[in-house]
Amino acid sequence: MNAISAALDGLGKAMMSYVEEMGRILLLFLSVMAWMFRPPLKARNIFKQMEFVGVKSIFVVVLTGTFTGMVMALQGYHGFRMFGAEALVGSTVALGMTRELGPVLTALMVTARAGSAMAAELGTMRVTEQIDALSVMAANPVKHLIVPRVLAGVFMVPLLTVVSDFCGILGGYFVGVHLLDINSGIFIKNITKLVDLGDIYNGLVKAACFGLILSLIGCYKGFNARGGAEGVGRATTEAVVLAAITILISDYFLTAIMF
Amino acid sequence: MIRLEDVHKSFGRQTVLDGVDLEIERGKTTVIIGRSGGGKSVLLKHIIGLMKPDSGRIFIDDVDIAQLNDRDLNEIRKKFGMLFQEAALFDSMTVGENVAFPLREHTPYREDEIRRIVSERLQAVGLTGVEEKMPAELSGGMRKRVGLARAVALNPEIVLFDEPTTGLDPVMTEAINRLIIDTQKRFQLTCVVISHDIQSIFEIGHRIAMLYEGKIIAHGSPDEIRTSANPVIAQFLSGSIEGPIKIV
Repeated sequence: MNAISAALDGLGKAMMSYVEEMGRILLLFLSVMAWMFRPPLKARNIFKQMEFVGVKSIFVVVLTGTFTGMVMALQGYHGFRMFGAEALVGSTVALGMTRELGPVLTALMVTARAGSAMAAELGTMRVTEQIDALSVMAANPVKHLIVPRVLAGVFMVPLLTVVSDFCGILGGYFVGVHLLDINSGIFIKNITKLVDLGDIYNGLVKAACFGLILSLIGCYKGFNARGGAEGVGRATTEAVVLAAITILISDYFLTAIMF
Repeated sequence: MIRLEDVHKSFGRQTVLDGVDLEIERGKTTVIIGRSGGGKSVLLKHIIGLMKPDSGRIFIDDVDIAQLNDRDLNEIRKKFGMLFQEAALFDSMTVGENVAFPLREHTPYREDEIRRIVSERLQAVGLTGVEEKMPAELSGGMRKRVGLARAVALNPEIVLFDEPTTGLDPVMTEAINRLIIDTQKRFQLTCVVISHDIQSIFEIGHRIAMLYEGKIIAHGSPDEIRTSANPVIAQFLSGSIEGPIKIV
């Protein structure tokens, strides 16, 4: 009996701390919103972050998108062949990429690349008192450090998702048409027939939400890092784990609402 | 100028400030001494509003900063400059951009004007031609000097120093002490210095206050502190391991 109550106690505490943490992240989000619209805009900082989050992530996103599309075509082909519906491979790849895998995989890759870097950079700034130095110079750290990163996340993850969708479909086309001999015209026609713009747009809205989640959590964890190099390492790990979990959980709910 | 009244601060069950009363005079250098981990940095962070007291009041020119919102606090902070223990230079910016940062934030100066002030401030701390260097390329002493140049960029009234000579060799320690004395004189600054480097304390301080077990147990001129009969102060200054200060 004691073991059960101890287990429940532990579970309850873990839940409470998750909810508390989410509450603090929400407060940070409100603070970001408040500072976002206060001039000056700090465009240089924003573009620098956009370059880091967006431009420098293109390579990994192209790679993951392409191979995901290719493997989907391969798997789909073997399944569909059993009842002679190989023609649907193209549309399956396109729907899967635009609705689901494009946004989610892009967000996870950007979390690993940029979300972790945000936590590490802000964490280092925290433990070396650079964030205190900003405050002392009457410069708001949220405005200077977090707003540009969140904006970069919200705008660049959808753009990267477009790249990922495109590469995924292209990879699927290559495998389907060139390796598995599906008719090119049918492949493309099924895509245009079954995928509508709503699928793509909703995928991009999801991507923007994921961009917000990963940048906000990365910044939150870094901003609140404590205790030297070990603390920064811990903050970085926690940021990646928490952001990835939150992206996957919110993906379900966003899908349930939108589709 | 700066007045602390009955300031308390605890972290969990650990009480760090336990009723601090202290008045810091305008245009003088006040050194706060005390044990490592005894709450000196916490006290300094309260003076500039980086931490809020659990209770008590902190007046800067008769304004209680413990009660201010962020916007009003930022106005007060423009009177301050601060040199952090490890200088806290922004490592993503060059030395020049670091010193220019407060100017770009808070003044309408044109770029050429800012560049002129930056090189003037760097010259005043004995550095020339380092504007394009990154902080990581500098030695500890140089970083502190750049930190000081940044701290005085906006002509503040008050400059706070968090252990300015810790980790420096004796020659650089002397150079930084000279720099603090010169800067204080030239700009008629009110300086608050945290230190446990005994030689430096008497060299730069006009007033010395000792923080012990969360309270200011003595506050006076260097001579008064040097000749104090208080056994805690005597032990601290002599560096003896025998006495009321327990080694933990």
